[in-house]
Amino acid sequence: MQASKEPGSVGIVVPKTARFDAPLALQCGVTLPGFELAYETYGELNANRSNALLVCHALSGDHHAAGRHSPEDAKPGWWDTCIGPGKPIDTDLFHVVSLNNLGGCNGSTGPRSTDPNTGEPYGANFPTVTVKDWVQSQALLADHLGIERFAAVVGGSLGGMQALQWAIDEPERIANAVVIAAAPKLSAQNIAFNEIARHAIVSDPDFHEGTYFRKGANPDKGLMLARMLGHVTYLSDDGMGDRFGRELKSGDIGSAQDVQFQVESYLHYQGTSFSRRFDANTYILMTRALDYFDPALDFGGDLVHALGQAKAKFLVLSFTSDWRFAPERSGEIVDALIAAGRDVTNATVASAAGHDSFLLPIERYCDLLGSYLARVAAELGD
Amino acid sequence: MRRDLEIIADLINPGARVLDLGCGDGDLLRHLASAKGVNGYGIEKDADEIAICIRAGVNVIEHDLDDGLTRFPDSSFDMVVMTETLQAVAAPERLLDEMLRIGEECIVTFPNFGHWRCRMQLASRGRMPVARHIPHSWYDTPNIHLCTFRDFEELVTGKGLPIIERFVVDASYEKRVRWIPNLFGTIAFYRLGRARA
Repeated sequence: MQASKEPGSVGIVVPKTARFDAPLALQCGVTLPGFELAYETYGELNANRSNALLVCHALSGDHHAAGRHSPEDAKPGWWDTCIGPGKPIDTDLFHVVSLNNLGGCNGSTGPRSTDPNTGEPYGANFPTVTVKDWVQSQALLADHLGIERFAAVVGGSLGGMQALQWAIDEPERIANAVVIAAAPKLSAQNIAFNEIARHAIVSDPDFHEGTYFRKGANPDKGLMLARMLGHVTYLSDDGMGDRFGRELKSGDIGSAQDVQFQVESYLHYQGTSFSRRFDANTYILMTRALDYFDPALDFGGDLVHALGQAKAKFLVLSFTSDWRFAPERSGEIVDALIAAGRDVTNATVASAAGHDSFLLPIERYCDLLGSYLARVAAELGD
Repeated sequence: MRRDLEIIADLINPGARVLDLGCGDGDLLRHLASAKGVNGYGIEKDADEIAICIRAGVNVIEHDLDDGLTRFPDSSFDMVVMTETLQAVAAPERLLDEMLRIGEECIVTFPNFGHWRCRMQLASRGRMPVARHIPHSWYDTPNIHLCTFRDFEELVTGKGLPIIERFVVDASYEKRVRWIPNLFGTIAFYRLGRARA
């Protein structure tokens, strides 16, 4: 592709947009008149179109999962550690599809898009979307790309929940589901964290009940608080201790600076940069999708029955220090899959980095993911 | 293919729901899948063995047997297998109970500490036995609950567990040992059922 490509990188990538004109009936009862999905692809689709792999993003991700948009890009895509030639999600073996989910704020139809009924951005009026809606829209994207069946659907956190829902809703169209650092549904504590984040946003005077774009304002402070809280839950106590300790920014106690400890500096930076790039209404929508996720609900609350619909093979991975979606939560998925008689493999990777581990180049994690997918590729046949 | 795994495969019905405790590199499960159409699951705690299982496409679950098997419901398997692992777990009796709670039947194999070589080493040289079937030195052995055939038999009969099949082989797993097995046998195979209420 590119002569100047970094080793292990997919190089320069160009986002595309798929337009869907048919109305989409959402789970909440609202029908979207049509929608667009922003997506990227990496690696070649083989002749019999059997090597497609869908990557699903988590709360704040988007379609830009790997490579760079220009040589000057400071940062590669959000999962560049795992996607590329020779990497665990090997683009020499797979045709990787990554999209910005419906309701997102980075190119796909979402709260920032114009509502054709009013000629104004949807804002807070964008309908509630669920993980099921995402799977439905992703299946339409697969149709658009001429992909009958994914060799694997892969995701971490909220992305892993989409992989799980894929296996249940589209059993004929997914051969393998890779579910990383996920849970079969959120606990009350998980929902509580999301609610604090949402409350931080909606109580920001610049939120204007979700119509901030009309006032030329943005609830920066609320978004920042939401992200700071999120980050605390994505890391672990030990991980934070290793990374920041109690180190002071200036070296003196009581210096005049607002920010005194390194960890404060980190959280302020993460919060500020997030509030610049992310839409507040999308953040609320995404956290709601997380809260509502409960694939067992359609089956009388019986997760075994729900997963009994699946035909895919499963790889379920979790991380020892992840307390947001702890290994025990992955264990619930694994136990239900065994009870349903599905093929499942499960490992718990030692890591001090908490929930964030799924984005990091942890040796054992990358080895297990890469080994599993190499086997998936070997079984494809061209 | 290890001979002991072939022997075990012969004891398992085609299509059975199988759980293999301490499945190692997944050899038995792979053999069962190809020879018997059995789609089983392995439990393993060793990261290297788990990696091998994943490469081989074996369903492996990372789990330490010493954490118990409470995660599995009653009667969730037809057969629970544990090959030469009983002697290495923290609570063998409790694990045996658990195996027969989650499985209708179980197969347990273990090395014989009462083998004449072991007895000789202890009696004549006063040393902890090291033999082909018990290859570790006392200070780095995973085997913390070694027993003799007679010991195990006493445990099983004391618990009222029906012995469906039982035999003893030599170190090569080739020959059945019928004459004073507790002295001349190295590995025992027990297929056990549930205690009748």
